Amino acid sequence: MNVLKKYIDKIKPNFEKGGKFEKLHSVFEGFESFLFVPNTTSKKYGAHIHDAIDSKRTMTAVIIGLVPALLFGMYNVGHQHFIAIGETVNLWQTFAFGLLSVLPIMVVSYVVGLGIEFIFAQIKGHEIQEGFLVTGFLIPLIVPVDTPLWMIAIATAFAVIFAKEVFGGTGMNIFNVAIVTRVFLFFAYPTAMSGDTVWVRTKSALGYAGGEQINGFTGATPLGQIGTAEGTMAQITDTLGNPIGFWDGFLGLIPGSIGETSTLAILLGAVVLLITGVASWKTMFSVFAGGAFMGFIFNLSGFNAVANFPWYMHLVFGGFAFGAVFMATDPVTSARTETGKWIYGFLVGIIAILIRVLNPGYPEGMMLSILLMNAFAPLIDFYVVDANIKRRMKRAQLNK
Amino acid sequence: MAHLIKTKRGLDIKIEGKAKETLGRTIHSDIVALVPDYFVGIVPKMLVKPGDAVKAGTPVFHDKTFADMNFVSPVSGTIVDIVRGERRKILAVTIKRDAKTDYETFSVKSLAELSRDQIKELMLAAGVWPFIKQRPYDIVADPTKQPNSIFISGFDSSPLAPDYDFILGGKEKELQCGIDVLSKLTDGNVHLGLKAGNRSPLAELKNVQITEYDGPHPVGNVGIQIHHTHPINKGDVYWTINIQNLLFIGRLFLNGTVDFSYTVALTGPDVNEDARRYYKTILGVSITPFIKSNVSVGIPLRYITGNVLTGMKLNEDEYLHPCASQITVIEEGSETHEILGWAMPRFDKFSASNLFLTKILGKLGLNNFKYDARILGGERPIIVSNEYDKVLPMDILPEFLIKAMITGNIDKMEALGAYEIAPEDLALCEFVCTSKLPIQEITRKALDNLKSEVE
Repeated sequence: MNVLKKYIDKIKPNFEKGGKFEKLHSVFEGFESFLFVPNTTSKKYGAHIHDAIDSKRTMTAVIIGLVPALLFGMYNVGHQHFIAIGETVNLWQTFAFGLLSVLPIMVVSYVVGLGIEFIFAQIKGHEIQEGFLVTGFLIPLIVPVDTPLWMIAIATAFAVIFAKEVFGGTGMNIFNVAIVTRVFLFFAYPTAMSGDTVWVRTKSALGYAGGEQINGFTGATPLGQIGTAEGTMAQITDTLGNPIGFWDGFLGLIPGSIGETSTLAILLGAVVLLITGVASWKTMFSVFAGGAFMGFIFNLSGFNAVANFPWYMHLVFGGFAFGAVFMATDPVTSARTETGKWIYGFLVGIIAILIRVLNPGYPEGMMLSILLMNAFAPLIDFYVVDANIKRRMKRAQLNK
Repeated sequence: MAHLIKTKRGLDIKIEGKAKETLGRTIHSDIVALVPDYFVGIVPKMLVKPGDAVKAGTPVFHDKTFADMNFVSPVSGTIVDIVRGERRKILAVTIKRDAKTDYETFSVKSLAELSRDQIKELMLAAGVWPFIKQRPYDIVADPTKQPNSIFISGFDSSPLAPDYDFILGGKEKELQCGIDVLSKLTDGNVHLGLKAGNRSPLAELKNVQITEYDGPHPVGNVGIQIHHTHPINKGDVYWTINIQNLLFIGRLFLNGTVDFSYTVALTGPDVNEDARRYYKTILGVSITPFIKSNVSVGIPLRYITGNVLTGMKLNEDEYLHPCASQITVIEEGSETHEILGWAMPRFDKFSASNLFLTKILGKLGLNNFKYDARILGGERPIIVSNEYDKVLPMDILPEFLIKAMITGNIDKMEALGAYEIAPEDLALCEFVCTSKLPIQEITRKALDNLKSEVE
C-alpha cells in the first residue's frame, strides 16, 4: 500500500499544472481519489469531523444492488438463446453466452460515458464525479440484447452531454440519464428497439455458440404479445408457445431487456438499497401502489386485452419493477421532499400503466412515465415547500 | 414543574475524551488577546496603542457602528501589539499581563434604582454587552433594538460538551444577578432551557422561565429551544447569551468590576487521559498552556476552541473563543491514507447512514470509532435527499433553505426560516452531508448577506 502511495506521489507532478500530462489532471485525480480517501481536512471554521459517508460509497451501494439483476440478466440472455436455437447446454455455458453478449454493451457504455465525463471534468476544472458509475451500469440492463453497439455509443453520448453535462453534471440533471439514453434509442432507432426479433439473440455472441433459429420460436415479450392481441382476452406465452403466468414473470426466464425480466433479482437489489437507505422506500412503495391501483381500475373496466391483464401481472412483467426500484428512486431526478416522494412515486406507477393500456403502439410505459414525472418532480416539490412556507407565514400571523 | 419539550431528530456523536468532573490547576498565560473576529458583526476601532497601560475593564477598542459598545481588557497590563492582516484588518490585540490585577471600577447601584437605559449604558461601557447575541443573524446584539425575549441554554448537548451543572455549581448568586439584569432589558421573559431529568442547581434560579428539553443533539442549542417555544418571525428580535458569559454580567452588577474569569473543559481523544478535566482561566488566554505536554505526540493534531461541530481551529499559539467553554483536540488526519475507502468495511468509522456498520457495532457495544479532521470525501452538488431533515429538529426544510442560501435568494431565505437559523444549528447537517458542503460557512455568509439586503 505504501509502495503504491509513494509511486502515486512520485508521478503526481506530471499531472499538475505545467506537467507533461497536465491535460489528464482530472483523470489522475479521479483515480487517486478512487484509490485513496482524499486527505483534505476541514476548514478553520465549520464542522471538524465528518460522517464517513461520501458519494462514492453511496454509488457503490447502488451498483451492488444492481449486481443480482445483471447476473440474472446474463444468464437469461444465454437461456433464451439456447432455447431459440434448440440446444441444451449446462449452466456455465448458458452464463458464458450471456456474459459475452452483455459485456461488450457494458464496455461501450462505460468507455463512452466516462470518456465524456473525464473531458468535461478537465474543461470545467473540477473533480471527476461518480454519477456515471451507476448510469453506465444501468444502460446495459435496460436495452434489448441485440442493440447494435454503435447505437449504444451514440445514445450514451447524447444522454451524458445533453441530459447531464449541459445542466452542470452529476446532481444537477433534470432527467435520469439512463432513461434518456433508452428514450433516445427508442425514438431514434425504433426498429432496433421493438418487435419480436430484438429481445433474444439468435446469432452468436462474439463468435461463441451460434446456431439456427428453430421452428415455432417467437421472440415477442409478454407485454408485446398482449399489446398486439386481438380481442379483449389474451394468453401470454413463452418463446415456444407454452402459456406462462405470474411466477414466470416473477422469476424472469422470459424475453425482455437484459436486466428487467426477473422481479426476484430486482427485489434482491431493492433490499440492498432499502437497508443501506440509499433509495427511498416511500418512492419505491408508492410506485408499486400506483401501478397496482391503476391496473386494478383497468381490470374493472376491461375494454381490451391489456386492460384485462391482471394488475399484479403488470408489476412483474416488463420494466415496471426495474423502473420502480432503480430508476424512480434516483434522488437527483425524483421529488426531494418526503411528501413529494409519495405523490411522485404514485403518479409514476399510474402513468406507466396508463401508457401500457391506452397506447396501442407501444407496449411498455415505465420509461416514458418516469421521464414525464422527472419533469414534474420540481413542481411537486414546489408545492410541498410552498405548504411549509404558508404554515410558517400563518404562525407569524398567529403570533402578532 | 417546568414545561417539558421532547425532540426526536438529531444525532449524538459519541467520541472518546470527555472531561472528568474535577478542576485542574488555574491556567494563566502571560499574553492574553482580544480577537475582534470572535464577535460576529462588529468592526473594531482602536482606542489604545502599543505600550499603553490598561486595567481589567479598560476599553481597548469599540465598535464602529455603535461607538459606545466597548471591548475591554480582561487583565491589567500593557498593550503589546495590534496584529493586523490583509488590508490592515485587526486580527488581535495582545496584552501583557501584570502579576497583580488592577480593576477599573464602575459605579453600580441596586438594580431597582437603575433604568433600562442606565443598565444598557453600563453594560456597553464595561464591555459585557458583546456577549449578548441576537437572532436573527446570530450576531452581537444591536443595543438600539428591543428583544421580544431573552433565551439562555443551561446545557450543552454537543459532542464532549462540558457540564454546566458542574461549572456553575456554587455560582448561583452571580447567575441570579445576571438574570435579573437581563430581565430588565426585555418586556418579555428570560428563558432558561434545562436538560430533562437532570437535578441541575440552575433549576433553583428565580425570575426566569424554565423549560426542560429532552432529545439528541442539537437540543441544547438555544436556536432549537427558541424554535420550540417562541419561533422567530420576520421583524422579531431575540437575544441569547452563553450561560458562562452571564456570570460576567452578574459580577459587574454585584461588584462594579469586570471579572472575566471562567472555566474551560479540555476534551478530546488526543488529550492525555489525566489532563481531561476542567480548568479555571481568564478570557483571552492562549491555548498554549492548555496543550503543553497534555496531548498526543508524534501526529499532527487539530486544536479546536469549542466543540468538534461548531468550534474554530486554532494554531498552537492562538487564543480561546470567549463564548466557548471547551477545548477539543483531535487528530488532524492529514497524513492518513486510507486505501479504497469506498469499498472497505471501515469498522472504525462512524456514520449516521447504514452504509457503514456503525449501528450494528454500536448495538454490540463496539463503538470505538476514530475521528479526525478529514472531510472523508470530495465536495459535490447535493445528491442525496432527506439527509439534513433527520438531524434538524425544526419545522424547516433544510435542503431548500441551504439551496436558497447558496443561490442568495433573499425571498426564499426569509420564507424558509433563515431568521431562525444560526450556523451552529446546521452543524449536524454539515456533519452528515454526503456532498461534503461547508454548510456553516454557507450559512454565515448568507446571514451576512441577508442582513445587508434587508436592513
